[in-house]
Amino acid sequence: MVTAAQVWAALEDIPDPEIPVISLVDLGVVRDVQVDGDRVHVQFTPTFLGCPALEVMRRALTEKVEALGAEADVEVVVDDSWSTDRISAAGREKLRAAGLAPPAPRAAGPTTLVQLRSKAFRCPYCGSTDTRLENIFGPTPCRSLRWCESCRQPFEQFKTI
Amino acid sequence: MRANARARRLLELADDELIVGWRDSEWTGIAPTLEEDVAFSSIAQNEIGHARALYEVAARELDTDADALAFDRRPDEYRCAPLVELHLLDWGRTIARRYLYEEADRVRIDALKADGDTELAGLAAKIDREETYHRLHAEMWAGRLRDEPRFREAIDELWPYALGVLEPGLRPELARRVGLEPIEAKERGEHTPQLAELWEEMTEVRRSAPGATW
Repeated sequence: MVTAAQVWAALEDIPDPEIPVISLVDLGVVRDVQVDGDRVHVQFTPTFLGCPALEVMRRALTEKVEALGAEADVEVVVDDSWSTDRISAAGREKLRAAGLAPPAPRAAGPTTLVQLRSKAFRCPYCGSTDTRLENIFGPTPCRSLRWCESCRQPFEQFKTI
Repeated sequence: MRANARARRLLELADDELIVGWRDSEWTGIAPTLEEDVAFSSIAQNEIGHARALYEVAARELDTDADALAFDRRPDEYRCAPLVELHLLDWGRTIARRYLYEEADRVRIDALKADGDTELAGLAAKIDREETYHRLHAEMWAGRLRDEPRFREAIDELWPYALGVLEPGLRPELARRVGLEPIEAKERGEHTPQLAELWEEMTEVRRSAPGATW
């Protein structure tokens, strides 16, 4: 019989399908693991609803649990429980090292244009905050595009949601 | 009966999001700048993702699946508002619709977040986090085009349609937000001819192989 700790450890190896430098556990989308005999119940919550990787994640979680010799019951919970504040400190550092600026902490209210146009966003390559907004949207729903005036190159910024 | 009322409500929301997402996707590859190609493609993806999540809840009520709800109904069975159906390949009118739709959607989402249906309230709150960025995009463009006569005309043209997105009780709040006078709405229920044209294209592949597993 597996323990919840073993399941969590196994799930830590599953990379995000679109940002493989970070695991689903670091991303904070695995919400709960319950072991009931040979049956493992995993709750996870999608980042963005339009994310095409949803099915890939569900399948990866199922396969990982089954590889431990348990029966997998993966439940997708669509509620408001995930925000970018759930990304772990280790996960944020992995994003930055891969050239993807981690999301700013979620402020009391929703993000504003004034915030996006401010100098609060740090370039993941050179560390300068002399960066400007290029596009609110990017190659996936979770990213914006910015330009670093200091090292003169574009970079992707994880959106705060 | 109660279940039917819930399903109808979900289908109104889901159909609005699917059809507006489909219309937004028409800009992929032909927007005036590459950045707007990326923006409209991403917005379309989000809206269709919201539709999928809403159809999945509705599908449980109606004992079917999300794809069947999205693609296997006849055009007259869709419950979307006329605003999202319009074929607007004009930048000023497109931005006017994006702005008015997002403002109307914000009023609707705020109401849903406080709803007694906790599953729907939770989903609305999640959708709201993503819509924040659509609103910023619309706000940015509406600010740029504010003094353009073509944009002003488009807002006036689409205003009755925008009111029709919302149930009557929520319309004064929309009027207050956008600074326009409440007038007679273009109501949900009767479709524009553009919906049938869109439907032909949207369902063409699925209809080509009925019952296939994709």
